[in-house]
Amino acid sequence: MLGLHLYNLPLFFALQGVALYAILAGADFGAGIWTLLAGRGERGRRIRDHAHRSMAPVWEANHVWLIFVLVVIWTGYPAAFASMASTLAVALTAAGLGIVLRGVAYALRSGTGGGVEIRAIDAATAVGSLVAPFALAAAAGGIASRRVPVGNAAGDLWTSWLNPTSIMAGVLALLSSAYLAAVYLAADARRAGDREMAEIFRVRALVAGSVAGVAAVAGAVVVRADARWIFDRLLDAPAVFSVALSVLAGAATLLLVARRHLDTARVSAAVAVAALVGGWALAQNPVLLPGLTVPQAAAPDNVLVLLVISILAGGVILFPSLGLLFELVLRGRFSAAPSAGRGAPAATPAIGLTARIPAKRLAGACFAVGAAFLAIGESAWPHAIGVALLGASIVLGLSALAGEDARE
Amino acid sequence: VTGTILSFEMGLLWPGFMGTFGAVFGLGFALEGFSFFTEAIFIGIYVYGWNRLSPRAHFLSGIPIVIAGLTGSLFVLSVNSWMNDPRGFTLHDGRVAGVEPLTALFRNGHLGFEIVHMYLAGFIVTGFLVAAAYAVGRLRGRWGRYERIALTIPLTVAALAAPVQVLVGDWAAREVARTQPTKLAALEGLGHTERGAPLHVLGWYRDGEVKFGIAVPKGLSLLAFHDPTAEVQGLDAVPPGDRPPVNVVRIAFQLMVGIGTFLAALSVWYLFARTRRRRVPSGRWFYRLLVLAGPASVVALIAGWVTTEVGRQPWVVYHVMRTTQAVTGAAGIPVGYATLAAFYACLVAAIAWILRRLARAPMATAAEPERALTPG
Repeated sequence: MLGLHLYNLPLFFALQGVALYAILAGADFGAGIWTLLAGRGERGRRIRDHAHRSMAPVWEANHVWLIFVLVVIWTGYPAAFASMASTLAVALTAAGLGIVLRGVAYALRSGTGGGVEIRAIDAATAVGSLVAPFALAAAAGGIASRRVPVGNAAGDLWTSWLNPTSIMAGVLALLSSAYLAAVYLAADARRAGDREMAEIFRVRALVAGSVAGVAAVAGAVVVRADARWIFDRLLDAPAVFSVALSVLAGAATLLLVARRHLDTARVSAAVAVAALVGGWALAQNPVLLPGLTVPQAAAPDNVLVLLVISILAGGVILFPSLGLLFELVLRGRFSAAPSAGRGAPAATPAIGLTARIPAKRLAGACFAVGAAFLAIGESAWPHAIGVALLGASIVLGLSALAGEDARE
Repeated sequence: VTGTILSFEMGLLWPGFMGTFGAVFGLGFALEGFSFFTEAIFIGIYVYGWNRLSPRAHFLSGIPIVIAGLTGSLFVLSVNSWMNDPRGFTLHDGRVAGVEPLTALFRNGHLGFEIVHMYLAGFIVTGFLVAAAYAVGRLRGRWGRYERIALTIPLTVAALAAPVQVLVGDWAAREVARTQPTKLAALEGLGHTERGAPLHVLGWYRDGEVKFGIAVPKGLSLLAFHDPTAEVQGLDAVPPGDRPPVNVVRIAFQLMVGIGTFLAALSVWYLFARTRRRRVPSGRWFYRLLVLAGPASVVALIAGWVTTEVGRQPWVVYHVMRTTQAVTGAAGIPVGYATLAAFYACLVAAIAWILRRLARAPMATAAEPERALTPG
């Protein structure tokens, strides 16, 4: 069991980050995969536009979960992080490039004229969406099949992530991403009142979900032959309960999609992915890498305490903000047509001459005194005073000059 | 798209550094991660909420972006300043012990001037870049109220910050002289330790001295210690293996100082016109120089980072870990690096192309009411 030890806590948060990333970025990559399979003509264009529009406002925030996972692991378990990153360098470079390609497509798509340009950008989106989830899941497969030893690039750069277990994990990641995305895009379309898109993606969800189910069974056979250790632990308590939950939730999602309960299907699809991540973690625990357990890899206790405090404090800011973003997206606030101009902004009243001169003089005085403190001072305090006065001179100067509309 | 790849590269390129010191400085990046996250969320709200949220809500959604930008750069610089002035740990047989992350990140001697220097640089670069774009427009005859405001606001910010940066740069150099004398010696090409050391402008460092440079007697002692007779440590104080590549550091430093001085002079010109004549300068030469100031400020920013990072070599953690100990053992790093460089070159080209296209499109609705006020 994942015992409640201090050395487990950051890992526990990191795994939640992995699960959230697999769900949110998975849906994003899946949407990219569907743009590849959208087909030609007007209908294909509308499918691509829906897939793009639905993900655009949340794209960047979805991918920051990966950064969260990386920083928590490198702070909390530096030795494990260094071993993984150096051996899996090729896979992680490929994944990084895939993520950037996906992001660039978002940045560029809004400014394109259409036609050939849009098709080129959608092709880039699709390549990124195929490479990134495959490479990340293949890297995870390399860790699970014990192909990442401890040390600076101690494992094989290629077979560490191009092996039966990794390839199986990569394919499964692509299929489950497509499945997740289809469920989410169908639900989004129905909220937006677009019956045609809702139906198109509902059918795609049913197909992708069925294929993913078959692939998971085939994958189990591959893992049994290739990585017996993790296979046995996945089918042993406690991991087996999490794996079973994942299977049940995945099947339930198919049923819910078939019966058009799309919003409930969103939740059960997420549970299926999260439970799979949980099952993997329980099966590996407490072994991070061959010969390196979680307590051996963990940073000193005071670092872990500070890390956990930072994560909790960060969460207090993060979750309400994320909630706001998703609520605005789900309520369709960002898909409404832009409201027409709200009228010209009221002209800024010119600041009176009497108010302006003292601000300028004061700015000059702050600059002179601050300069003296900073240049002559020999220790921290005079320097701090100098910096504060110089900062004040900038703010005062700005308030004096930015308010007036300078003439020529 | 840069933040994600950056956090990947930390592990891909520097596993030795991350594995040994991750526990000491990693917290800085964890905190930066939250700043970045908050920024990403509110940028989503700000950009996609344009004209869709109420003006007040839209304005308020921009404030967290500002705060997260400030805290994010603070946390990143806390790591860099620790690399320059490492503390908050002890090293036994290549493993860290007695780790105090807060001391390491926030109580080192370099954070103060690095953060002030960098914040100002951020305002200066952004200000001159935006103003330069509208200066091009003015030289081509586009000069309505919209363009005038779009030029004066960023230029005012940059012009107020640039003279302050000269003072802060002097402070930073004095701190470097005190804590990293070898870096200072490389900045100035000072081969031998001496009292009343001269300052050389331009020139090339070879065989322990600057050739073809303009010498200012006692200038270096005066600038670095504010005392014309002060002793300045030369490169010969450390063995050749512990010295940075002098010409790279020195040229980068001179470039930064030269451009910084030019920007400060241009700023004084602008501020003088604004405060004494209550006008923006009207001569074409001012705007020609302003067009130059935009890209020049970016060059100065990069040159500044080259100065401090290459100047710290051969150390990745000053006097603790050499860069060769930090780098990955994986083969084919040049291939990976070339791939990344080619990829980013394509990215730059694509962004330039999209910006040109956006610039050709008619002005968005938000700007129209303002334009209507000033025909021509």
